[in-house]
Amino acid sequence: MNPVNYLYLSALLFTIGATGVLIRRNAIVVFMCIELMLNACNLAFVTFSRMHGNLDGQIIAFFTMVVAAAEVVVGLAIIVSLFRSRHSASVDDASLMKL
Amino acid sequence: MSAQLAAYSTSTGEAFQFWVLGTVAVAGALATVFMKRAVHSALSLAGTMIILAIFYLANGAYFLGIVQIVVYTGAIMMLFLFVVMLVGVTAADSLKETIKGQRWLALLCGVGFGVLLLAGIGNASLSEFDGTGQANANGNVEGLATLIFTKYVFAFEITGALLITAAIGAMVLTHRERTERAKTQRELSEQRVREGKHVPPLPAPGVYARHNAVDIAGLLPDGTPSELTVSKTLRDRGQIRDVSAEALSDLKALEQRAEERLERTEIEPATFKREEASK
Repeated sequence: MNPVNYLYLSALLFTIGATGVLIRRNAIVVFMCIELMLNACNLAFVTFSRMHGNLDGQIIAFFTMVVAAAEVVVGLAIIVSLFRSRHSASVDDASLMKL
Repeated sequence: MSAQLAAYSTSTGEAFQFWVLGTVAVAGALATVFMKRAVHSALSLAGTMIILAIFYLANGAYFLGIVQIVVYTGAIMMLFLFVVMLVGVTAADSLKETIKGQRWLALLCGVGFGVLLLAGIGNASLSEFDGTGQANANGNVEGLATLIFTKYVFAFEITGALLITAAIGAMVLTHRERTERAKTQRELSEQRVREGKHVPPLPAPGVYARHNAVDIAGLLPDGTPSELTVSKTLRDRGQIRDVSAEALSDLKALEQRAEERLERTEIEPATFKREEASK
């Protein structure tokens, strides 16, 4: 097996995550799909690190994880405060700005 | 190990691992998207992330593989589960389409995007794989540490600032300032008496002799559920179980049995009324 298959898997997971963001209406599930996309990117970074024989790709994946952790903390706080005010975690209900 | 990681083609063991676990990873990702309940999505995503951690290990990223399990599946996914529990486990996604045909268009966009991405990778000439054997020669963690504290030290410092900002941001977003003093028990009881409604404690939930769970509304004499008996949180989440229909049918069956025992015939309410009117 050629290690490039890891890249195909990464692309597939990223596509599934992106489709999920478009399809799902529950804010928490949308957020989980974003996490899936980030993880797919990390897999690609790790594979690139193996391809080029240096550790820079792994460093970038590491930073991606740190940023994802920060993003999850803030994003879930936003969802919780949204749920408090709207009593629903659906992204359709947060439409106050709509004409 | 290093010779194997440097190879252009992987070992049979790694290929087998890739095809088996890769299938499970894709299945988990699909389940994340298509499961109706958020808890099931979260669990599927956790499974996919663990498999990705194994792939990191197979690719020679030992530190990242462990960090993936500890940070992603251990911390981030549990945070997700916390929020799912907070928001309500049974709150299923609404399947009503607000924009007509949006779901199919989204699927089409996803498939198109995937085809473009996969074709792009297929067209790139990616036959050379150096492998991480050379880079990992002094140990993977040591190699990463050297890079983080030399070449990427500035990005690393910025990351610290980002994490502190995120922590403070989360606290500010979820913190609620009390605008007035919390009422004492005495003040609450005085207010209840002054308002003159529900002076005694609220009625208890449950239908006695049948159900005593807190999410089952107590029934009024006419068989309708009483909203007052169930906690406000459960009412808001719509997690009340209504057993009034069951209770009424049980009662009807009981009455019928009693009538059969006493050899009385059932009087139809409609005919009963007519007879009364004719009299």
